[in-house]
Amino acid sequence: MSFAWAKQYEPKNDFTKWIDEKLPLPRLVYNAVGAGYPVPRNLNYMWNFGVLAGFCLMIQIITGVILAMHYAANTEVAFATTEHIMRNVNSGWLMRYAHANGASFFFIVIYLHIFRGLYYSSYKAPREMIWLLGVVIFLLMMATAFMGYVLPWGQMSFWGAKVITGLFGAIPLVGESLQTWLLGGFAPDNAALNRFFSLHFLLPFVIAGVVILHIWALHIPGSSNPTGIEVKKESDTVPFHPYYTAKDGFGLGIFLLAFTFMVFFLPNMLGHPDNYIEANPLSTPALIVPEWYFLPFYAILRAFTDDLTIPFTGIVLIQAKLLGVIAMFGSILVWFILPWLDKSPVRSGHYRPMFKKFFWFGLIPCMALLTYCGGAPAEQPYVLLSQIATAYYFLHFLVILPIVSQIEVPKPLPYSITESVLGSDDAAPGNSASSGAKGAGEAGSLQPAE
Amino acid sequence: MSIRLGAIIAGLGIVGILFFWSLLPGAINYAPPEKPDYYAFKEKPIAPEGGFSFEGPFGKWDNAQLQRGYQVYKEVCAACHGLKFVAFRNLSELGYSEAEVQAEAANWTVPGIDPNTGETTTRPGKPTDQFPSPFANDVAAAAANNNAIPPDLSLMTKARKDGTNYVYSLLAGYGEADPEIAATVPEFETPAGLYFNKYFSNVNIAMAPPIVIDGQVTYADGTEATVNQMSADVAAFLTWTAEPTLVKRKQTGWPVLGFLLFATILAYLSKKQIWAGLKPKKK
Repeated sequence: MSFAWAKQYEPKNDFTKWIDEKLPLPRLVYNAVGAGYPVPRNLNYMWNFGVLAGFCLMIQIITGVILAMHYAANTEVAFATTEHIMRNVNSGWLMRYAHANGASFFFIVIYLHIFRGLYYSSYKAPREMIWLLGVVIFLLMMATAFMGYVLPWGQMSFWGAKVITGLFGAIPLVGESLQTWLLGGFAPDNAALNRFFSLHFLLPFVIAGVVILHIWALHIPGSSNPTGIEVKKESDTVPFHPYYTAKDGFGLGIFLLAFTFMVFFLPNMLGHPDNYIEANPLSTPALIVPEWYFLPFYAILRAFTDDLTIPFTGIVLIQAKLLGVIAMFGSILVWFILPWLDKSPVRSGHYRPMFKKFFWFGLIPCMALLTYCGGAPAEQPYVLLSQIATAYYFLHFLVILPIVSQIEVPKPLPYSITESVLGSDDAAPGNSASSGAKGAGEAGSLQPAE
Repeated sequence: MSIRLGAIIAGLGIVGILFFWSLLPGAINYAPPEKPDYYAFKEKPIAPEGGFSFEGPFGKWDNAQLQRGYQVYKEVCAACHGLKFVAFRNLSELGYSEAEVQAEAANWTVPGIDPNTGETTTRPGKPTDQFPSPFANDVAAAAANNNAIPPDLSLMTKARKDGTNYVYSLLAGYGEADPEIAATVPEFETPAGLYFNKYFSNVNIAMAPPIVIDGQVTYADGTEATVNQMSADVAAFLTWTAEPTLVKRKQTGWPVLGFLLFATILAYLSKKQIWAGLKPKKK
């Protein structure tokens, strides 16, 4: 599971020896995130977001469990108990703001983590399973976040729930029955609120379980790195602890500074004012928008404005709503086949000139445009813009990526990770062992400074 | 290869459907929506002169202003609007003493139960009671107000964009439509029973101007009660009712940020030291 030179866990005293015999949990931790896990030495700060995502999950579970102690999932009192938390529970306002903004920061972190993976092609063999499990985690997160937003039972909670559960109604034949069955009624009401609360409490622990699988799968090939070339030898790696625990510690500090700044000074900036109005099934908000992290997918959903008909006959093959639903789910499901669409032998976008251009000037502006259009009303010019962006989104993954990976001429790769960091590697062909032995060789040793 | 070929075909298919059935018809019939007439009049909320004391990262409540705002709420707004998430005991946060809070609560009439007969009745408020709703239910509220239900004000400043300034602007912003703008949209008129207010979402609001003349409220602290002053004071008070922990939140934030900044600097320095041995040495 690990490299031959990985340090071995050695219990120091009788107690740890006893534990190691009965339940080698310290050994597991040592091998997973301790000195026993050799990691490429060249990871940049984009590799911090995995650890940060795990930290976000912890924030959400801890604050969420505390909130659940004071919240009641009943349409009569849900809004009032939320205000009770804000006003009467000691530090309840802090728990709730941390939980609400924690969700947003979780998504910021996860999007950076995903797009890191896309740029450096972390999804490629031998790491496909890590990527697939990651997409599963993302889907679970979306379901959890959606149901969590319904719980305060404000106007956006109610109408968001109505719009999203209404999507199931688009499925032919069984759609409406399915929607009624899922909601436990014809519209979101007490039955729906109760099951959403139940699932919102359950799913984070399911996520935690898949996260364990995600990390397990990671430790089989080991971490990827910005050059995309595989680890060859010991000087390519450093032990996770203390090197990356220190680096992640600094990243965590920066993250917490940004997070607490939002919680304490701008806690409602990412929310919608309408959610401070209690749910009212008789009054539709002027503009129903989901939370910001769903906006790109919401824009894809709404990009399909017309039914698919047979021209000049008026026969409807697929309704516009169903097309939108298929495209919205398809836009994430397409990530599942990504490892087999991108056949370029080079992983890192750094060495792929064509891929790099499509990533920075295609995919990233496309996502930004989709986010913007998702929050705008369904009118021109936003509809046209979201249609263009949606078209590019699918072209990028399904057409451009396979073709680019076929025709692109990648830049030359460094011989090893060591060479990419130090500028030379004694073991590289054409590099005599004597020339760099004193300079780079010593610097490459694994001893931390005193 | 086959999976990539399939993907390319599927991708072109999706984009083809999107392009020929949705994008193209939309582009051919391209028409940006026409804004309703009232958009010509709408204005963004403005801040009162000098702003509010609780704004900004170091903001603090101005208790005198909150007490004045409470007085305006009690004498003007409370006739139609409730404050159901606020309890009388919370008034102690505005600087009232315990005795004053008790006396203040007793001034209000809240629903109760007759201890002898068990019948519903009313009784004077106690500090533990919430502010009573002025109407028995929504039907009564609608019947008394030309079918418009006066909303509860507890969370009003959080339930509107730029809420504090919105409440201030709305209260102080009643008036006639600008005749110059009105000339550009001749169809526009304010329906009977509604009132023109350029800060309201569709500029015609059902609420009659609540604060109409200077001196409508006689302030206990002697402040001159202009329309702007009363509007600003009640906007401040409603900001407090919407988030009583606002100032505490900001005050808690500073030590947290300070500690984290210190911890982050330490984390940076230790990271730097740990990694120092790995950096290529310069000759």
